[in-house]
Amino acid sequence: MSRNLFKAKQYATSKVYRSRPSELKGPEEEKPNVPQGIMTKCPDCGNIIYTKLLMKNYKMCECGYYFRVSANERLVMILDEDTFEEIDQHLTTRDPLDFPGYGDKLVKTQNMTGLVDGLVTGKGLISGTLIYIGVMDASFFMGSMGTAIGEKLARMFEKAAEELLPVIVFTASGGARMQEGIFSLMQMAKVSAAVAKHSAAGQLYITVLTDPTTGGVTASFAMLGDIILAEPGALIGFAGPRVIEQTIGQKLPEGFQRAEFLLDHGFVDKIVTRDNMKDTLAVLLRLHQT
Amino acid sequence: MDLTPWEKVKLARMPIRPTGLDYIELIFRGFVELHGDRLYSEDRAIVGGIAFFDDIPVTIIAQQKGRNTKENISRNFSMPHPEGYRKALRLMKQAEKFHRPVICFIDTPGAFCGIGAEERGQGEAIATNLAEMMMLRTPIISVVISEGGSGGALALGVADKVYMLEHAIYSILSPEGFASILYKDSTKAEAAANDMKLTAQDLYRFGVIDNIIPEPVGGAHNDFEYVTGKVKEAISADLKELMSFSLDEMLERRYQKFRNI
Ligand SMILES: [Zn+2]
Repeated sequence: MSRNLFKAKQYATSKVYRSRPSELKGPEEEKPNVPQGIMTKCPDCGNIIYTKLLMKNYKMCECGYYFRVSANERLVMILDEDTFEEIDQHLTTRDPLDFPGYGDKLVKTQNMTGLVDGLVTGKGLISGTLIYIGVMDASFFMGSMGTAIGEKLARMFEKAAEELLPVIVFTASGGARMQEGIFSLMQMAKVSAAVAKHSAAGQLYITVLTDPTTGGVTASFAMLGDIILAEPGALIGFAGPRVIEQTIGQKLPEGFQRAEFLLDHGFVDKIVTRDNMKDTLAVLLRLHQT
Repeated sequence: MDLTPWEKVKLARMPIRPTGLDYIELIFRGFVELHGDRLYSEDRAIVGGIAFFDDIPVTIIAQQKGRNTKENISRNFSMPHPEGYRKALRLMKQAEKFHRPVICFIDTPGAFCGIGAEERGQGEAIATNLAEMMMLRTPIISVVISEGGSGGALALGVADKVYMLEHAIYSILSPEGFASILYKDSTKAEAAANDMKLTAQDLYRFGVIDNIIPEPVGGAHNDFEYVTGKVKEAISADLKELMSFSLDEMLERRYQKFRNI
């Protein structure tokens, strides 16, 4: 990726050929489970797996471990082949606080990940049904939400409300983009507003919560779906587990803030395994066609 | 005299600083407190009720710090649980039904982080308030009186008009939390406070808030009647303006206000 991406001001719409997952590389510390090379080791059971085979198996290990999935990989898993049309592909942040060091770190991360920010939005088909889809990528600043993600989501929901189309969002986020301060916080209100507008237009919104979904994303659009799905074992919460442990000074119970915990407490409609996700979404979409 | 951001942080947290109930007492008449979310429990970190503003009945919702240690404990240091936000929403919907404007006073270090808060859906409670406040068909004015911390503050902050006291702060996170995440050192809170741009003056410049309420030298506690007088003036003028719009026009303006940030 070139430096020009960061500078690009035009908001282009174009049909993009998704790069293959193996071509994408990210910063080591933020991408613990991304396959690099021919073989990949499962951090849970220690199994050595062919990377190609892993992708075919939706990046699930036999032991039940879920590797993190990039936005590109997710689109490949969910959409009908070659139907994705990306929108606002070059939309990037204005660095609204002029935060020390942020601009440089952004360019570095953009070059390393091949992403402009931590969310890809666009239009595509799921088993023949036209939808808008947003997919977050936790490898970009931990999937944290700043103005770029907020603006892209708001635009997508507004377009979907106008065109009377459903929206599906895959969440993966460590919370707010600290370097964008109060602007990051305000994106929660902005996106929730656009979700409400889309909802008022009578359109379906499905969220799929993936590991990890926390902070400002949980406290806004992640929890506003008409239907909320989650991947097994995904960490989902408002506060991160470490913050809670520090606050209350005790160890957290086993399974706390996992998808199953949220299902038990009434905050998730259904837990869906990765290999069944596309079919489940297709059925839900058909059930909302009139 | 200009205060540094860190001096403002310290001032905003001073126990002597007036709290939500102090504002309610001086600005409104005949306050009747209403309790509970009708779902789980009563959260004393948020006070809600009805009162007269001049001759107009309004719904008031205030995050409430304790005025002494004992009260602070019962109010959980103004860190609400989900039931607090759900109580607030219940009262806002009630205000909508009876065509009452809603006045919110924001003063919280943040939404509470704990096991029960997560079990009962802190994220869902805040998210629902953001979406519902955006669509609420009655005027909403929110005043950040001291500390506006994170989504826990924003959950009462989706309003037609947002004010901050001159020395109040409003931020994504406490400076200590920010320093510990970004600088890996919670003792660098002062530096964080500078970088975060969390003062009323910063936020007014950014267009995130609409009005700054002036404070006397040394802070609001030094002449509280002056401060409440100024808050009253601002609410009075803005309610007049907001009530001159049709509801649809008011909602469109509210939407655009946040849409453009
Ligand atoms: Zn394994």
